[in-house]
This record gives sequence, structure tokens and C-alpha cells, in this order.
Amino acid sequence: MSAKKTLFDKVWDSHVVHQIKNGPDVLFIDRHMVHEVTSPVAFLGLKNRGIGVMHPEKTFATADHNTPTINQHLPVADPLSANQLKMLEENANEYDISYWGLGHEKNGIVHVVGPEYGITLPGATIVCGDSHTSTHGAFGAIAFGIGTSEVEMVLATQCIMQPKPKSMRINITGDLQFGVTPKDVALFIISQLTTSGATGYFVEYAGDVFKNMTMEGRMTVCNLSIEMGARGGMIAPDETTFHYIKGREFTPKEAAWNTAMDYWQTLYTDEGAEFHKELTFDGSQIEPMITYGTNPGMGMGISNDIPLVEAAQGGAATYKKSLQYMQFDEGDAMIGKPIDFVFLGSCTNGRIEDFRAFASIVKGKQKAANVTAWLVPGSHKVESAIKEEGILDILTEAGFELREPGCSACLAMNDDKVPPGKLAVSTSNRNFEGRQGPGSRTLLASPLVAAAAAVTGKVTDPRELMEKEVVAG
Amino acid sequence: MAYDKFTTLKSSAVPLPIENVDTDQIIPARFLKATERKGFGDNLFRDWRYNQDNSPKEDFALNNPKYSGKILVGGKNFGSGSSREHAAWAVYDYGFRCVVSSFFADIFRGNCLNIGVLPVQVSTEFLQKIFAAIEADPNTEFEVSLPEQKVTILTSGASESFDINDYKKGNMTNGFDDIDYLLNIKDGIQDFAKTRPF
Repeated sequence: MSAKKTLFDKVWDSHVVHQIKNGPDVLFIDRHMVHEVTSPVAFLGLKNRGIGVMHPEKTFATADHNTPTINQHLPVADPLSANQLKMLEENANEYDISYWGLGHEKNGIVHVVGPEYGITLPGATIVCGDSHTSTHGAFGAIAFGIGTSEVEMVLATQCIMQPKPKSMRINITGDLQFGVTPKDVALFIISQLTTSGATGYFVEYAGDVFKNMTMEGRMTVCNLSIEMGARGGMIAPDETTFHYIKGREFTPKEAAWNTAMDYWQTLYTDEGAEFHKELTFDGSQIEPMITYGTNPGMGMGISNDIPLVEAAQGGAATYKKSLQYMQFDEGDAMIGKPIDFVFLGSCTNGRIEDFRAFASIVKGKQKAANVTAWLVPGSHKVESAIKEEGILDILTEAGFELREPGCSACLAMNDDKVPPGKLAVSTSNRNFEGRQGPGSRTLLASPLVAAAAAVTGKVTDPRELMEKEVVAG
Repeated sequence: MAYDKFTTLKSSAVPLPIENVDTDQIIPARFLKATERKGFGDNLFRDWRYNQDNSPKEDFALNNPKYSGKILVGGKNFGSGSSREHAAWAVYDYGFRCVVSSFFADIFRGNCLNIGVLPVQVSTEFLQKIFAAIEADPNTEFEVSLPEQKVTILTSGASESFDINDYKKGNMTNGFDDIDYLLNIKDGIQDFAKTRPF
């Protein structure tokens, strides 16, 4: 590698405390987020070792994975979930960690609230025991998911030990077509790379499509980096980024802001810096996407037919098993398939723009009678914006209800489970077998595609329902 | 916190010739509600292993009495998806000490190394040889040598080497973990922390 550095190199190298020959780097972590599911065993580990939390001010706790999305004011009915939530609260209190639990006004999905309150900053290293921590890369941070042993490491020492990943740049040039959203861009990239195509790499997204994208859109794209195997993805911070973070609760203020800005403005890939791999796609060729299989790489333009087994990437047996689970046949069209559930939400698409996009389609229409729709904001802040912007009125008139914040049906740890055999159009991130409930079948798509399905009761190209002047989120 | 030392493992293996085995299959999210690390093996591959009425699925490898051993052999891109360490815990708690595949997802691989399960990545060709050997004789024994970084099919003598960095190899061999290491350089970490702008 030359002296010219990539964005990733700049941030990574500035956080290396110690290098081990033929081993991992010791990487300092600026921000650590914890939730109820992957943290209890880590806190137990601290107790067993008789040690404390080295920098409690750098760790933030929120409850999201198994929280209910209705009647959050009532005690959590499931005793196991209630116990996990109680453990998080007790651990946060014991170790003096800020805690935004159920009912707290700042509560929400960890990857939604981090950016909302300025915890997420450019040039930071951010980890959480959740693979979609890659979301925060949208701000030019190095952010990735870790296991519980590593959660314990960060609590104990504010460091983790990781070999430095290889670097990949994905350029998307040109302009997106009408009706094509950041979710479609991400699903397109994953369909091209497969679910393991970026394993071992850290990705930088570059090109006009990302330059022109809002922070919400960039978060959606970076969120899905893990679905092609990448540890994370990042986008160089720019005016869009600085405008978004300025003035938020935990963002540096006054002199500290100016100092930080001086640093943040150096966070870009130097001209001529080398990547281990570089790919370029034409953004104008991307269509609204939908998945048809049991991993996020099994996606295609919504008007296409399911690929034939002989054309499938990977083994034929695995591909057939996947279609069999989905109850689809090779060569089937997706358009027109009747659906049962719609889920709008998750750390992928649970932000205000996603609700604006959904509302733009359902406005003046009615929810299809055969569809159960779960609309779950990513946080209380998103929930408030939905109400303040009049989106709730549009949704209510169209026959939809708004639930309370949480991860919800994305991973179905709470009661929001899609029943066996039922088909859901979901704005979440994984269509694995049983992900949304045992036997559930998931079609991943954008909020526009989800909205189109919600009002027609079947897989529908959202462009048919859109007026040309509508700006998609 | 020390874990089991790993040096050389000689065992038969359980085959799972499926690609992209994700961590939601290894341990579904609804079984992540424990607050202690125990009992996860019972729910390893829960929905592939049991019907919805909790009766075993006879055709699944873990329910097939002819397969046994401490080595799990999976198809390409094993452990993709979620960062849940519970997946590695479930593999360990069930009794596996080694997972062999032609390709691992990053986080799953790291989680295995952190709890003392050895991920062994072999070539696609060698993986096929392993599956073929098990199909020919489910009692086929394999030897996984960490010191030599080599996996051998004992019936045929065919072998292949695998990669692991020296640091992790040392940890696995001695049963050390990363926190022990980090606590030893705690003062250096604290000095570094003072230099961070936010």
C-alpha cells in the first residue's frame, strides 16, 4: 500500500493501540452500544473476573430486541424477555452506564437512536453486539458487530482485538431511476456480490448515488453491508453528514465542534489510494428490488422472474432447498403473488424517511383486507416525527395502525411473529428461514414496495402507484 | 477466563452439506433469551432438527444415529448473518470442538475462536473429499492438529493444511483469552484513551 490512504485506513490506523506480530491489532473503541440480548453474559464475565467497566461514559445501553411493540407501559408478559430487560437495567445501573430502557423517551433501536442523539460521529470506532452496527458507517465511522466475548472485552478494556480487514470500494455512478430507493441499491449490490462476496473486507461506498443520498438512505445502505459478508461499510463524511449531526445532544459543541470538524474534514480516501478490490455499477440500471429466496443475496428487479436452478450462483441443492422453503418455483414471476403480512420498520428501514415513503404510496388508498400490517418506528423520536408531520393521519385514514418502537418482526424475538407458511413483505434485513417466526416466509424490499403490497394485497411494482412528482425516500 | 485447550482432536464428524448456513438456523432468535451461557446445545439447529410439535426430524444429520463426533462439517459460507455468539455457544454446548467448512462468515469465525471452538477452513475440493469420506463410512475418523495446522482424513491419509494466526493459535493451544491479554496492557490503553478527541 502506498502512503496514500483510504478513508478506512485513516480511521482504523488512528485507533490502533498496539500491533501483534502475526496476530490481530488492538483497536481502541470510541463508542460502545449494548442491548439486552448480547450483553448479560458479558456483564456476568466481568463479575466472574472481579473487574469493572473501564470507560462507562463510552458505553450506551438501550432495550430493543425483545421489547413488545404494543402496551409498552404494561409489564412485559414473557418472563424470559422481562428478565433480560431487568438484567440490562441492573447492569447499566451497577456499572454507571447510561440506559434508555423501555418507556424512556430516547428508547428505540440501538442503530436508530445512536445517530439521532449524536452518539454516532465521523471518524469514530463504534461496536455493538449486533451485526447491523455497520449502520453507523454512514457517518464515516468504522462500525461493526461483535460477539459477546468482545462485548466483555470492550467493557473491561475499551478495546477489541481484530485483524485489519481488506478494503473494497463500491462505486455507484449516475442517477437512480424514479421509484428506486437506498434499500434497492443495497439489495442490488448484495444480489451482485452474494451473501459472502465481501467477507473479509471493509467496504467504502462512493460515487454520485451516495453523494446525493440523505443520511437516512446512507444508513440503510451501510446497515446492509453485513448481508454480503462485509464487516462493515462506510461513506466519507460531507456537508450532508455535518448538517445532520450538528447540535445533537452528544455531538461536540463550540470549540470542541471546531476541533472535531478540522479532523472530520480529513476523512476521505486520498486520490490514488489503493483498495484490495474495487467494483463499479451504473445506478441508473437498478430497479426496485425484491428477494425470492432465503438469503439477502437472492434478490432481483421486481419485474423479473425467479432465476432457473441452472443459472443460480452456488450449489443447486442449496438453491432448490431455498425455493422449496419459499414455496416458489424457478421461473415464477414475483409480481402478483398474494401476500399476508407487511412489516415496515427495523434498523434498516425504521426511520422517518421510510415512513414518509410508505405514506406517499398509501395516501388516499386503503389497506388490503388480506394483509396484516405492522408499522413499527425505529425510535420514539421517529414516532414523534410521524405524528408531527401528519403521517400518522395519512396512515390511519388508509386503515393502518402505528406500533411502538423496537426491533419487532425483524427477528421476531417478541410477539410480532409471522405465522408458519405466511408470506411477508418486509423492509427488514434478513429473509433467512424462520427469521420472522418459525415457518415464516420473507420477501425483503423497500418501504415503497412494502406500501404497494400493503394496499394491493400482492407483490406490486410501486411505480404503478406513484405519481411522477413524488420524491421517494 | 480460560477455556478448553485445543491441541489435537481425533474424531468422526457430522456432515451438513448445505451452503450459507446462517446463525438464525444455528440458533433461532427466540432461544436467545437466557442470561447465562448454558443450555444452548439443546436448541442447536432447532428448526432443522425438530418439527413444530417438537418431534425430531428423522432426516436431519444431528438426528441420524449413524453420525456422531466432535467435528461439524458445513458447506460454504458457514455462520453467516447475525453476530450472536450464542451460535458458537450452541455448537460448543452440543459437543462440537471444531467446525470445518470451505468458507466462514467473519463474525462467526471470530466468535468460535474466542470460545475455544476451532474453525478450520479447507479448499472446496478437500471439503468434498471430507463429505465423500463420511458418506462412504460415517465412522470415518479425522485428525485435526492445531500445532501442525493440518486436517487429515485418517482412512485415506489425505490431508490439507489450514491457516490461523500465531496469536490465536497460541490462545487456543493454551486456553487463554483476549481479555487476559488486554488487561496486561491496560496502562497503555489508558494512555491511548487520553489522546482520543471524543
